[in-house]
Amino acid sequence: MSSAAHLTSPAFKENAREALADPQLQRSMHGIETGIVDRRRATVARLPEFEALRNSARDIKNHTLAYLDLYLEKFEERCKAAGGHVHYAVTAEEARTTVLDICRSANASLVTKGKSMIGEEIAINDFLEENGITPIETDLGEYLVQIRHELPSHIIMPAVHLTKEQIEADFRRVHTHLPADRNLVEPQTLLTEARVILRERFLAADVGITGANFLVAETGTSIIVTNEGNGDLTQTLPRVHIVLASIEKVVPTLDDVAQFLRLLARSATAQEMSVYTTFSTGPRREGDPDGPNEYHVIILDNGRTAMLGGQFREMLRCIRCGACMNHCPVYAAVGGHTYGWVYPGPMGAVLTPSIVGIENSAHLPNASTFCGRCEEVCPVKIPLPKLMRHWREREFERHLSPAAVRYGLGAWGFLATRPKFYAFAMSLFVFGLGLLGKIAGRFRWLPLAGSWTRHRDFPAPQVQTFQAQWRRRVKTR
Amino acid sequence: MTARDTLFASIRQSLGVTGNEPARRATVAERLRNHPRGVIPGRGQLPPAERAKLFVQMVEAANGSADVLASVDAIPSAVAALLRKHNLPMQARRGDDPRLAALPWDRERQLEITTGASDGHQLVSISHAFAGVAETGTLVMASGPDNPTTLNFLPDTHIVVVDAKDIAGDYETVWQRVRESFGIEHLPRAINMITGPSRSADIAQILILGAHGPRRLHVLVVGSP
Repeated sequence: MSSAAHLTSPAFKENAREALADPQLQRSMHGIETGIVDRRRATVARLPEFEALRNSARDIKNHTLAYLDLYLEKFEERCKAAGGHVHYAVTAEEARTTVLDICRSANASLVTKGKSMIGEEIAINDFLEENGITPIETDLGEYLVQIRHELPSHIIMPAVHLTKEQIEADFRRVHTHLPADRNLVEPQTLLTEARVILRERFLAADVGITGANFLVAETGTSIIVTNEGNGDLTQTLPRVHIVLASIEKVVPTLDDVAQFLRLLARSATAQEMSVYTTFSTGPRREGDPDGPNEYHVIILDNGRTAMLGGQFREMLRCIRCGACMNHCPVYAAVGGHTYGWVYPGPMGAVLTPSIVGIENSAHLPNASTFCGRCEEVCPVKIPLPKLMRHWREREFERHLSPAAVRYGLGAWGFLATRPKFYAFAMSLFVFGLGLLGKIAGRFRWLPLAGSWTRHRDFPAPQVQTFQAQWRRRVKTR
Repeated sequence: MTARDTLFASIRQSLGVTGNEPARRATVAERLRNHPRGVIPGRGQLPPAERAKLFVQMVEAANGSADVLASVDAIPSAVAALLRKHNLPMQARRGDDPRLAALPWDRERQLEITTGASDGHQLVSISHAFAGVAETGTLVMASGPDNPTTLNFLPDTHIVVVDAKDIAGDYETVWQRVRESFGIEHLPRAINMITGPSRSADIAQILILGAHGPRRLHVLVVGSP
């Protein structure tokens, strides 16, 4: 099994067509634009230092990435000194095997999981199940996508694509030991049902697996940020706690973490601060009444060291807040599943090709209007449109673009590098189009642009080309 | 080569370094030694009394509730009053923290206090915070033999005592206290920052309190700031 299991990114266009025609999805996605975007803006406006914090966070990440080997060494040293185990995995396969080995040596049959995008990236649930171990997602959104056998459609709100009615139907389908005629109309009732069912699992689990929002080099600490408290029950109650992290999660100090905490919740959920931010350093100490007996941190590469040395290093600043997708008009229209893998939206359009290869994901960096909202809201100022453009260039260089695009770009290149010929051709084109569209003032259909004009009319050109008008204006001045 | 060797070699190849450059090592050592503070919001930079007031405001803004008590002796009756108000059984679990153990619990005859970690069967827990942060109404809890982590998460109602003197304006001030109290190389196993009661918005983006952790968070701010 490859790390790119369930990959449907090559079918982006088909996925998008289906998503646009799915009324339930469209209803769910509408909430993003009307809800989280406005609330984030209001929360950010209450903190005058927000912009300065963005610069500060960007600089911390840039510094850490430039010294990444040394900060990871320090993290390892401190984590081990606190009694923790540090494992490294170059590939998703290695990470999965490491998790399985730890579970087996703990004789584990039931594993609870906090939300972890690395867990999704390495498809750990399928792998554990294949090996006779039952993984239970405990974040409500992740639990929902797990019982539906889906990928999360958002990195912060995994089940944002679902309506309340769909969730009710899923609970009735899966929780068959409960009375069939129970009332599940209120969202509160749905939440309580999940709370009761998962509470038993928390207390019964042998191993708890969480992700890490940050690793702290100076203390050997892993940090998770959650609102539900599921991540904390996952890592506190079982005998063994496994942290799934990737190399870029490390930051130097606790003071550095404070900078990111001020950005993360505000950008992700429009909260001043998430409910639970937990700093875990090693296993249970002597005399401690609770906490795990074993504490393991798995640090994954999976394509990231290559990003560090190339054009995509800036993507490694990402703190997974999801603001870019919340503000993306394409994401809002087609939803996360359309992107066909673990990471959707603008951050996914840059990250996914680095992990699964551009040949498997060329549509993603093209699924952008380059409106720039993602970069405007990114808490660590990642130039997402620029990075998507880099992927488009590579796609073109490697002859991965469709023939129509290549010929089109070739023709455009021929024209654009011959200014006089360009001006002549355009004036002919505009004149001709102007004549043809004179009566209606618009075109309901144009050759070669049928899919564009299917949804809107193309206005007929008014008089002359822009360049011709400009020349006349300069002369008459 | 182990995975560790491969991974570090790839990082160093990408950065164009060997890992042995004295200047790089010095830069990292210096940053860890000085742990520079970044941007600290002006919001929490207030005189002690106003800081405590902002803390309470922010706890309430995060859907928590709070009482301000003049003395620690008032804690048992404040706990009893809260339980009565919400029709809860007069039982609560606390850790062995000496600051909680020393309280005059026997003044509230009906209140039954047990000690130890939670096994999931307690409705109400009482903890003592290491610190509070006014900036966001955040409690900072430090685990240890006397302060079980499970009390922060398993009970339905979590009551947290915080000394008004321990309310800082910002996170960085708390980190400084952590460095002084424990030493940066001897952090408690768990430090839990808690801002309001547990919640989820995973069902159709509707915010509901009480997901997997406590449904109710009540803070007792005690003493003069």
